[in-house]
Amino acid sequence: MTSVAMSEPPPRQGPGRRLSTFLYRHPRVRLWALLAVPALWLGGVYLGSLAYLLLASFWTADPFTAQLVHEFTLDNFRRIIETPVYRDVAWRTVKMAALVTVACAVLAFPLAYYMARIASTRMRNLLVVAVLMPLWGSYLVKAYAWRTILSGEGVINWALGPFGVEFDGYSNTGLWLVFTYLWLPYMVLPVYAGLERIPSSLLEASSDLGGRSIRTFFSVTLPLVFPAVVAGSIFTFSLTLGDYIAPGLISSDQFIGTVIYREYGTALPVAAAYALVPIAIIVAYLLVARRLKAFESL
Amino acid sequence: MRRNRLAVWGAFALLIGALSLVAAGCGGGDDEGSGSASTEIEGLGANLDEIKANAKTEGQVNLVIWPGYAVLTDEFTAATGCKVSTKDGASSDDMISLLQSGAYDGGSFSGNATVRLMANGDVAPIDTEFISNWDDIQEGIKNQDYNSRDGQAYGVPHGRGPNYLMFRTDQVPEGTDSWNVIWDDDQLAKYKGKISIYDDSIFIADAALYLKATQPDLGIDNPYQLTQEQFDAAVELLKKQAPSVGEYWPGDVAKQIQSYTNGDSVVGTTWPYQYVELQKANVPVAIVKPKEGTTGWSDTWMVSSKAEHPNCMYLWMDHMASPEAQAAVAEAFGEAPVNIKACDLTKDKSHCDTYHADDEAWWDDVYYWTTPQADCADDDDSTSCVTQADWQAAWTEIRS
Repeated sequence: MTSVAMSEPPPRQGPGRRLSTFLYRHPRVRLWALLAVPALWLGGVYLGSLAYLLLASFWTADPFTAQLVHEFTLDNFRRIIETPVYRDVAWRTVKMAALVTVACAVLAFPLAYYMARIASTRMRNLLVVAVLMPLWGSYLVKAYAWRTILSGEGVINWALGPFGVEFDGYSNTGLWLVFTYLWLPYMVLPVYAGLERIPSSLLEASSDLGGRSIRTFFSVTLPLVFPAVVAGSIFTFSLTLGDYIAPGLISSDQFIGTVIYREYGTALPVAAAYALVPIAIIVAYLLVARRLKAFESL
Repeated sequence: MRRNRLAVWGAFALLIGALSLVAAGCGGGDDEGSGSASTEIEGLGANLDEIKANAKTEGQVNLVIWPGYAVLTDEFTAATGCKVSTKDGASSDDMISLLQSGAYDGGSFSGNATVRLMANGDVAPIDTEFISNWDDIQEGIKNQDYNSRDGQAYGVPHGRGPNYLMFRTDQVPEGTDSWNVIWDDDQLAKYKGKISIYDDSIFIADAALYLKATQPDLGIDNPYQLTQEQFDAAVELLKKQAPSVGEYWPGDVAKQIQSYTNGDSVVGTTWPYQYVELQKANVPVAIVKPKEGTTGWSDTWMVSSKAEHPNCMYLWMDHMASPEAQAAVAEAFGEAPVNIKACDLTKDKSHCDTYHADDEAWWDDVYYWTTPQADCADDDDSTSCVTQADWQAAWTEIRS
């Protein structure tokens, strides 16, 4: 037994062994074998469906059966550009996305700062859990819960009642509150990570050089953490831009998502053309974000 | 770097090119909607015994349904050997695309879907000889333009209901019996922000129906087939209403139920289902079919022309027309059954009276959902009407 174990084992010549040798000698094949599934997913399923969407926006739908007619036309783009309602809805959606992003940033920054620089480890862990917790609940349940909160008989109006104020919750103001609630964690986490990465030595150096806390904040902390805020804003902005469920539940105005959702059934090409609007906005947003070095904070 | 970028763009261009080819290929294969009325489907038995025998080998039926429409499925499987699998549709448009995917044997469709399905040839005409409950189905529902073509039946009726005017009895006067509460200027001012409206282009027909009663000069006959002038008048009425609407409910019954419960909505249009649910929760609401008449729906079980399990599908259509299944589904939804024998089997013995199942005159001024068509769905070549596509476009503008 011992003599066998000590001697050199004969090289096995099974198929597994041969495959492994082959892969070892051909690193490119190895790489592609590893990447095949993700590449197919990203290229075929993800980009492929986007490309199909782009194509569909140049087609028309039969006015009766709503079947796609594969004839090239620019009518869909003409319609979404020339009909005022599509412009109004796009502008309303962008404004909402911007306001939600600002609100999230204003709320997230002090919280993230406290978590990263002041709180004890125990407190910090507690807060991280508290920030993440709402993400565990179903989106729909939260949206419906907000409908109850914002109702004329809801808790907000109950609290405002004694002051003689009546708040119209099912409005764009109400929707702004709901979006800010829903997307806040997506802002807190990158800002928290960004703040935590700032070395304490930089802050100490600032105070050594005579910088007061306000000066340190504006000259050191803020510039360093700004890319992280932009990174967070990518989430809050794009999530607001594409959402159709919360607007449908809370506001009686239309948003880009609700228009697309209603039109895809009978007017798929128009919906496809309109879907390119948020894509174009987000691409522009990402280009700006890249300039602001936000991608390094993701 | 530059070469890499070129490669990426090249790959992207190739991908788009390939997809265009695929799409063009699909385009070439489009069916011309066949007008033939043959009830033959590949694999369907030639008589009822053969169908029952074939069903045992098929052992499966796949359905597209309105949520909750498939009832007594276990009993059906025990009797026929066909397992039932269902897929809920979100809207008529959604259900059409589901059926066209080819994965389903048939389903329950409303009139604004059936007309398109029949025209496309997506569903097959049926041989009523194979439906043992056929003779018990009310005559007033058979052979309508939404479930037949040229006198040939295309499916088995399921049940029908009107779109009611629903209001909170503590906010709106009890004797209200006119749609003017959601259309007239002074009423709009009174209920501003508390009006609940169905969020679909088909609601334009409700405006047209009100105009039919209040502005006879427009000459509206069928609220779904409107000339440009009639259509424009309906759209104008809806645009006037829009600022006062508190909520549009997009087929989302939970949203409307919540609004009426909280009192955020006090008056509007509804399906019987929401009324049944609100009653159960003791919310003070009432429904009425206003004196101007109303829109409504009459749903039909249809078999796909490419059904994989046509024998099980035939047995299923017969099953849903049986008194037992009709009673169960009518009571759950607040619908009127189409098989009057179901009236003896409902738990609430007055169900059929409440929902006017056997009172054909009551349904005279209920206009069932159908699809707007360019030729006005009539034989007169000189008329032309606004199409479904224009209804959809107008609705987006009305909602603003």
